[in-house]
Amino acid sequence: MNRKIIQILGISLVITATLVVVSILGMILFDLTTKGGPTLSWAFLTHFPKKGMTEGGIFPAIFGTTLVTLVSTVLAMPLGIGCAIFLNEYAPDNTFSRLIRASIRNLAGVPSIVYGLFGVTIFVQFLGMGASVLAAGCTLGLLTLPSIITTTEEALRNVPRLTREGALALGATKWETIRTVVIPSAVPGIMTGVILSLSRGAGETAPILFTGVAFYTRYLPGSLMDEFMALPYHLYILSTQHHAIEEVRPLAYATALTLLGLVFLLNLTAFWVRARYRK
Amino acid sequence: MEIKRRLFWDKFFEKVFSGTALISVLTLIGIFLMLLSSSAMAFETISFSEFFSGAAWNPAAFGKPTYGIGAMLFSTFLVTLGAMVIAVPLGIGTAAFLSEIASPGIRNVLKPAIEMLAAVPSVVIGFLGIVLVAPALAQIFHLPHGLNALNGSILLAVMALPTLITVTEDAIHAVPQHYKEASYALGANRWETLLKVTLPSCKSGVLVAVMLGMGRALGETMTVLMATGNATEMPHSIFDSVRTITATVAIEMGEVPNGTPHYYSLFACALVLFLITLLVNMAAERLAAGFRSKGQ
Repeated sequence: MNRKIIQILGISLVITATLVVVSILGMILFDLTTKGGPTLSWAFLTHFPKKGMTEGGIFPAIFGTTLVTLVSTVLAMPLGIGCAIFLNEYAPDNTFSRLIRASIRNLAGVPSIVYGLFGVTIFVQFLGMGASVLAAGCTLGLLTLPSIITTTEEALRNVPRLTREGALALGATKWETIRTVVIPSAVPGIMTGVILSLSRGAGETAPILFTGVAFYTRYLPGSLMDEFMALPYHLYILSTQHHAIEEVRPLAYATALTLLGLVFLLNLTAFWVRARYRK
Repeated sequence: MEIKRRLFWDKFFEKVFSGTALISVLTLIGIFLMLLSSSAMAFETISFSEFFSGAAWNPAAFGKPTYGIGAMLFSTFLVTLGAMVIAVPLGIGTAAFLSEIASPGIRNVLKPAIEMLAAVPSVVIGFLGIVLVAPALAQIFHLPHGLNALNGSILLAVMALPTLITVTEDAIHAVPQHYKEASYALGANRWETLLKVTLPSCKSGVLVAVMLGMGRALGETMTVLMATGNATEMPHSIFDSVRTITATVAIEMGEVPNGTPHYYSLFACALVLFLITLLVNMAAERLAAGFRSKGQ
C-alpha cells in the first residue's frame, strides 16, 4: 500500500516536471502572440522604423538578418560539409581525426561572445573587413560550423555501407562514389542540419554585436562591406537601450514575435524535410 | 588519359576535404591564441594579482582604474549555479518521463516541443526576463525591480533545459533493458526501478548532461545582459543585481577605445571564460568517453 502511494507520488512528480517544461514553451508563445500580435502587420514587416524607432516597421532588420544569415551559410556550408565528408569517408581512426573531432566538440561549447571577440580581432581588424555584413557573416559562419559538421556527419553515417561498396565495385573512384551516391542520399539529412544551424545563427546577437550590426541605418546595406540592422539586436535595443522603453514596448513585442516566427519557420521546415525523407 | 583525369580529381578532392577538416582545429587554436595575445597586452599594465584577486571592476574610473574580476566571476558562478538548481530536477524529471513513462504518441509531441524550446533565441528569452519574469519577481519578493541574479538563473535554466533533457534521455536509453527487467522480476514497481536502478546506472551520463547544460549557461550572454541588472558590485544574495563576465564584455567592448588597457582587459575576461567553459566541456567529454568505453 505504502509503496503504491510512493509510486503514484513519484510519477506525478515526474509528470509535473514535464508539465512545467512544456508550460514554459506555452507561456513564451502565449505572451508573445497575445502582446505582439496586435502590432504585427504587413506594414510593420515592410517599412523602415520612423521617429527615432518609436513608430514604423522593422524591414531593414529583417533584411539584415536574412542577408547576414545567408552570407554565413554560404561560407559555413561548404566548409562544414567538406569537414564532415573527410571525417566520415576518409579519416582513419587516428590521432589527427580524433584531434579534429575533439576541436569540433569544444568549438561547439565556446561562448558566442568569444566568437564575437574573435570576429572583431580577425575579420574586422586584421583582415580589414571593418564592421560589415561580411565580417558578421564570417563570425556567424564559424559559430554554426560545429553544428553543420555534426549533423552532416550523422546524415552521411546513415547512408548504408553497401551503397558505397556497390559504386566502388562498379569501378567508381572514391570521389565519384561520394559525389554520385553518398551525397545525393544524404541530402535530406544535410539540409535538415543546415537549416537548423541557419536558424540558430539568425537568432544570435553576441557574435554580431561588434562585427557589423548597427543601431539604425537609413538605407539597406548596399554591399557586403556595409553595416546592417538585425532582428535580435533591434529587439535588444528596443527593450533595453531605447530612450522611451515603455513607449516602444509594443514594437519590441512585435519584433520578438517576428524573430521567433522566423526561427520557428526554419525549424518547422527542417522537421518537415526530416519527416518527409525519413521513410 | 580518361583514367588519369579521374584519379587526379579523386586525389584532388581528398586533399580538399582534409583541408576543410583543418579549419575547425585552426579556429579553436586561433581563438585561443587571439585571446592569449590580447590578454598578454592587458597584463603589461594590469598585474595578475589585481586581476584575479581584486573584487572591484572599475576600469573607467578617473585616475585610478581597478581591474578585479572577483565580483564578476562570483556573479557568473552564482547565476549558473542557481540555473542548475532549477534546471536539473526539471530536466531529469522530464527526461525520465519521456523515456520511461510517456507513450510514443506523447513522445512524438514532446520531443519537437523541446527542440522548439532550444530554438528560442537568447535575446527573446532575455526580453521575456524583462517583461515577464522581472515584474513577477518584484511582486512576489517585494523588490523595487526584478532585474537580479535570480531572474538570470531562471532564464538560464530555461536555456539549459533542452540540452539537459536530451542528453539525460540518451543516457537513460543506454541503460540495458535487462537491468530494468531484473528489477521488475524482483518485484520492484516502475518508480522504484527508475529511482534505484535506471537513474543510478546512468548517473555518469546524467552528470555529462548537467555539465553540458552548465557550459551553456556559463557562456550565455544576451539573457544575463538583459535580465540581471548589471551591477558590478559583489552580490550579497540572489536578489541583488549582478553582472557576469559575458555581460561585461558585451557592454564595454562597444564603448572602449581600441588598444587601451581597458580594451585588452576585456579579452583577458573572455580568456578566463573560455578556459572555464573549455574545462567544463572537456571534463564532460572525458566522462562521456569513460562511460562509452564501459560498454553500457
